[in-house]
Amino acid sequence: MNTYFVILVSSLLMNNFVMNKFLGICPFLGVSKRFETATGMGMAVTFVMTLASFVTWLVNEFLLIPFKLQYMQTIAYILVIAVLVQIVEMALKKVSPSLYQALGVYLPLITTNCAVLGVAILNTDSGYNLPESTFNGFCAALGFTMSLLLFAAIREKLALAKMPKWMDGFPGALITAGLMAVAFQGFGGLI
Amino acid sequence: MDILIAALVLGVMGLVFGLVLTGTSKIFAVPSDPKRDAVREALPGANCGGCGYPGCDGCADAIAAGKAPANACPVCSAEAAAKIAEIMGAEVPDASNRKVARVLCQGDCQSAKQKFDYQGIEDCNAACTVNDGFKSCKFACMGLGTCVKACPFDAIHIDPEKKLPVVDEEKCAACGKCVAACPKGVLELQPQKQEVALLCRNTDKLKAVMDVCKVGCIGCQKCAKACKFEAITMVDNLPVIDHEKCRGCQLCAEACPTGAIKALKPRQVAEIDQSGCIGCTICAKNCKFGAIEGALKQPHKVNAACTGCGVCAAKCPKKVITMKDAVAPRDPKAAVEAAPAKPAAETAKA
Repeated sequence: MNTYFVILVSSLLMNNFVMNKFLGICPFLGVSKRFETATGMGMAVTFVMTLASFVTWLVNEFLLIPFKLQYMQTIAYILVIAVLVQIVEMALKKVSPSLYQALGVYLPLITTNCAVLGVAILNTDSGYNLPESTFNGFCAALGFTMSLLLFAAIREKLALAKMPKWMDGFPGALITAGLMAVAFQGFGGLI
Repeated sequence: MDILIAALVLGVMGLVFGLVLTGTSKIFAVPSDPKRDAVREALPGANCGGCGYPGCDGCADAIAAGKAPANACPVCSAEAAAKIAEIMGAEVPDASNRKVARVLCQGDCQSAKQKFDYQGIEDCNAACTVNDGFKSCKFACMGLGTCVKACPFDAIHIDPEKKLPVVDEEKCAACGKCVAACPKGVLELQPQKQEVALLCRNTDKLKAVMDVCKVGCIGCQKCAKACKFEAITMVDNLPVIDHEKCRGCQLCAEACPTGAIKALKPRQVAEIDQSGCIGCTICAKNCKFGAIEGALKQPHKVNAACTGCGVCAAKCPKKVITMKDAVAPRDPKAAVEAAPAKPAAETAKA
């Protein structure tokens, strides 16, 4: 139980994917303009990262290690993620068209999200077992969603602020992201 | 040998995943409406959201389900719109009915009086919460660019000197987002072909308007009196232009003492093809401005009083009158005695 608690707290605060590991920055900046789209993106990423952690652990354990193919890790994992996203997309379309509508174009975009590949590779490197890997994937995605929502909320407020022209838009957003990362570094010594 | 195993393992993985995908696509196959697919095909596919639906897929669903009109997509080209209309069995949209957003306020920093200096959040909604805006006229545009932010097509910009929004009519797709975003209701969707427009919404009269703005409509009714086609009626101290009746003579814009009514197009004038004119005088009888001279059976001429209303061109039995852009400003003094014009016009109608 202790391990799971450590995984949860660490992926939310100390090893946050966006703020500490700097993974998944593309959607972090791309879909954080509005809170609603950020929520949708967070949900989709959580779904895919959890499933990807589960399946990549199986692939690693029963295919890559027996055949001594660990050097093919990246390509094998990408294959898994791409297929997963496709399946999730098809299943969602059938089972819950409304959620499919809400996620829209962000669903296929997750295929190229480096946070998903990152969590799979980190799981393997940390030597987690199957439930730990899956839980770590879920928590990492939760951390990603948290930073995305925080950032989106700040950006929505910033959009109304009176900013000098050279700071308006992306420059301001990037500086905000930097300050947020600095704040998250403060959690560093917690564990 | 190793490389073969690697290729084999990955190949098998790919094969298995491929089969799984094929299987899931069969299991999760969603029967889709062929009409909906055809509509989706015709839509631009940019997922801009200008229609108010989440992307082109959402818009196609709504059109096919009949929840949205066939012309729900504000950005697609005329051909694409015609194609969608054909698929849905709706009327083919007429490009001449194109609408654009217009800013119904000309009160810039010089002409509109300010109540106080506003230093708050750069947003019209925020500015309106402070004493109903910083301009003395309660109908005035705040000019802080809430509409600019709402526009998904980059069609609105704030004029840096006047501090008022300017709509780029070419880029405007009439999606109506700016109209919904404006807290003062200053923006309105109007037909692009419209010849004149009232660019003021102040319902007060005379001094009450003049005190707050130099370019506001003071409700003097000069435009209604100047209109020879009875296209202008006064409602709440503001002229309402009936664009079915308006012929684009622009006399209302000329008559307006404050410039609240603006001519949106260059003035046209009539030109008579001298070789084709048989001198029947129908044009001269129908002209409300005394702008056509010439004796019976002699080729007629258009003088400088022509307003470009186009009545003569419509009435000419030989179709020798064409409309073209005016080169010189109109001279009302050039009008010839047009006394018989009115009864003659009525007999011509009968």
